[in-house]
Amino acid sequence: MRKLTFAQALNEALRQEMRRDPTIYVAGEDVGKYGGIFGVTAGLLEEFGEERVRDTPITESAIIGSAVGAAAAGLRPVVEIMFIDFIGVALDQLFNQAAKMKYMFGGKAKLPIVVRTTCGAGMCAAAQHSQSLEAWFMHIPGLKVVAPSTPYDAKGLLISSIRDDNPVFFIEHKMLYGLEGDVPEEPYTIPLGVADVKREGKDVTVVATMAMVHKALEAADELAKEGIEVEVVDPRTLSPLDKETIINSVKKTHHLVIVHEAVKQAGPGAEIAAMVAEEAFDYLDAPIKRVAAPFTPVPFSPVLESAYIPSKENITSAVKEVLGK
Amino acid sequence: MPVEKEKLIELYRTMLKIRLFEERVAEIYWEGKSPVFNIAADPIPGEMHLYIGEEAVATGVCAHLRPDDMVAGTHRSHGHYIAKGGDLKKLMAELFGKKTGLCQGKGGHMHLFDANLHFGCGGIIGAGIPHAVGAALAFKMQGRDNVAVSFIGDGAANIGAFHESLNLAAIWKLPLVVVVEDNLYAISVPKSKSTAVKSNAERAAAYGIPGVLVDGMDVMAVYEAAGEAIARARRGEGPSLIECLCYRYRGHFEGDPQLYKPEGEEEEWRKKDPIPNFRAKLIKEGILTEEEANKIQEEVAALVAEAEKFARESPWPEPEEALKHVFL
Repeated sequence: MRKLTFAQALNEALRQEMRRDPTIYVAGEDVGKYGGIFGVTAGLLEEFGEERVRDTPITESAIIGSAVGAAAAGLRPVVEIMFIDFIGVALDQLFNQAAKMKYMFGGKAKLPIVVRTTCGAGMCAAAQHSQSLEAWFMHIPGLKVVAPSTPYDAKGLLISSIRDDNPVFFIEHKMLYGLEGDVPEEPYTIPLGVADVKREGKDVTVVATMAMVHKALEAADELAKEGIEVEVVDPRTLSPLDKETIINSVKKTHHLVIVHEAVKQAGPGAEIAAMVAEEAFDYLDAPIKRVAAPFTPVPFSPVLESAYIPSKENITSAVKEVLGK
Repeated sequence: MPVEKEKLIELYRTMLKIRLFEERVAEIYWEGKSPVFNIAADPIPGEMHLYIGEEAVATGVCAHLRPDDMVAGTHRSHGHYIAKGGDLKKLMAELFGKKTGLCQGKGGHMHLFDANLHFGCGGIIGAGIPHAVGAALAFKMQGRDNVAVSFIGDGAANIGAFHESLNLAAIWKLPLVVVVEDNLYAISVPKSKSTAVKSNAERAAAYGIPGVLVDGMDVMAVYEAAGEAIARARRGEGPSLIECLCYRYRGHFEGDPQLYKPEGEEEEWRKKDPIPNFRAKLIKEGILTEEEANKIQEEVAALVAEAEKFARESPWPEPEEALKHVFL
C-alpha cells in the first residue's frame, strides 16, 4: 500500500474533507503560507484560499472561541493550537464554552469543532513546549479526546473527528510526524471510542498511547525473544475510552501494564487502571503497573530529557515485574 | 540632553556583545544539525530563536536600568539578558544544557532566569507582561523607585494578557514600561494580517497612557524614548508603551525557511543595521577611533569565545537532576 508520513496523512484527511464539505475551515497560527509549523496544513491555502485557510494572530482564546461561535452558526471549524502547552491561554473557551454548551442548552447546540494540537517531548523544547496533557481533557465531560499513534489511524480518526458533531480535542505527538506507514488514498473513517489491538499476545496486556505505542511494540518484540507474548492495545480515543477492548484483553492475559508519556500522577493511566480495577479486578493475577514520566516538568537538557521520557527498557522491566520474572 | 561618551561606547559594546554572541550560537547550533536536521542534536539542542538585527532595542532600553529593576523577556531573549548585564558563560552553558548553565540545564534558551538581575523569560507568548505588572506592583507597594520592563514581540500585542496588563497597570499607575519589538512578523504572519492598527503605540490611547513609535534600528532613538518612559515610571507617573520598529535577520527559529519574507526585504533592512551604522557614527563624531572600535570588537569576541569554552568544557547534569526542583 502507499506510504505516507503521519503529517502527510493528517494533511490528506484535511484536504479530502475540505473538498467534500465547504463548511469546513481551518484557522490557527501559521497554518496558511507556512503550512503549519509541523507542515500538517501545507498546501491547503493554495488549494482552498484565504477564506477557508486562515492565518490568525497569536490569539488562542479567540481561535477557539470563534470556532465555538462559527460552529454554532453552521460551520465546521478545524483549528490549530500550535503546542498543547499554549492551551492554557484559551482554556475557558474549550472547557467552559465548547465542552458544556450542548449540555447546558439542553442538547440544542451542535458544536462540530476540531481543535488540533501537538504534544510530547523529544525535541529538547523544554517545559513549555513538550508536555503531554491529555488527561486534563479526559476529565472534561463534553469533549472527545483523540490521540493517534500511526499514519493510518491519524487519517481515519481526523476524518471522523471532523464529521463528529461534538468538540474533539485531537492530539498529535510531535515525534510521530515523520513516521511512515500504510495509508489508503480514499477517505475512510475510524470510529471514535474504538481501541485497536496493535499486537496480539496472551501473557500481558500493555495499554500504550501515542508515541509510547511504538516503544511498547519494540519492547514486545524484545520480550517475544524471551518467550513473553505481549498484547499491545492502543486506545486511540482517550475519551470516550474503549473499556471493552481493554477489559477483554485483560481477561485474556490477566496482567496489565499501562504506558504513557504524561506524568504518572493523575495521568491517563490512573483512569485506565481504576477502570480495570473496578470492572475486571478478579481477572488480574498481579497488581497493575504504570510506566509514565516522573512528576516533574519536562527538562531541557538532552541528558535530563532522555531520563524523563519512558523508555523501552522501562516497559520491558515493568512487564517482567507484573509477570514475576 | 547630550549623552556621555562612556555611555555611547557602552551602547555600542552591548549591541556588539549580543550580535557576536548570537552569531557564534548560530554557528555552534548548526554544527550538530547537518547534514540531517535533528532538532535535539548537540551541541545546542532544541529550538533556537535569535535576536540578530534587534540589538538596538534591548540595548537602548536596558541602558537605563539598574540591576534591581525587573525585566520580563520573551522566547527570543538572549539580547535582553545580555543588555541587562547577564553572564555570558552561564547563558551559553544553559543553551548547551549543561549543569553550569543559568538554570542548570533545566530551562534551555527560552527559559532563562537570573535572580540577581531580576530577569526572567519564557516560551509562552505574552505571559511575561502580567509578570512585569506584578513586579511593578511590588515596587510600588514597597515604596521603591524601581521599574519593570516587559519586552514583547508585535505578535504578543494581540493576546489578551497584553490588554489586561496595560489596563491593570494604568488603573494602578504602576512603574511599568512595555516595549513592543515590531519585527514585522509573528512567525510567518505579517503584522498587516495580524494587527488591526498600524502601530501598537496607538493602542496606548485605549488605556490612557503614553505610547510612542520609534526606530528600533537606531539605538539612540530607543535610548531617548526609553529614558523618558523609565523616568516617568520612576517618578510614579505610571506605565508607558513603546513600539520599536525593527527586523530579525534570521528566521523565527533556526531552520525556518522564511518563505514569507519578500525578496529584497532583508537587504533593505541590512542598510539600517544598528551596529555598523552606530560604529560609523561614533567614529565620525570622534567618540571612537577605528583602532578603539576594533579593540572593542576583539574584547567582545574574546568574551564570547570564553563563554563557548566554558560551555563546552562544562559537565552534563546528572540524570537524577531531572527529579529535583519540582517543589522547594
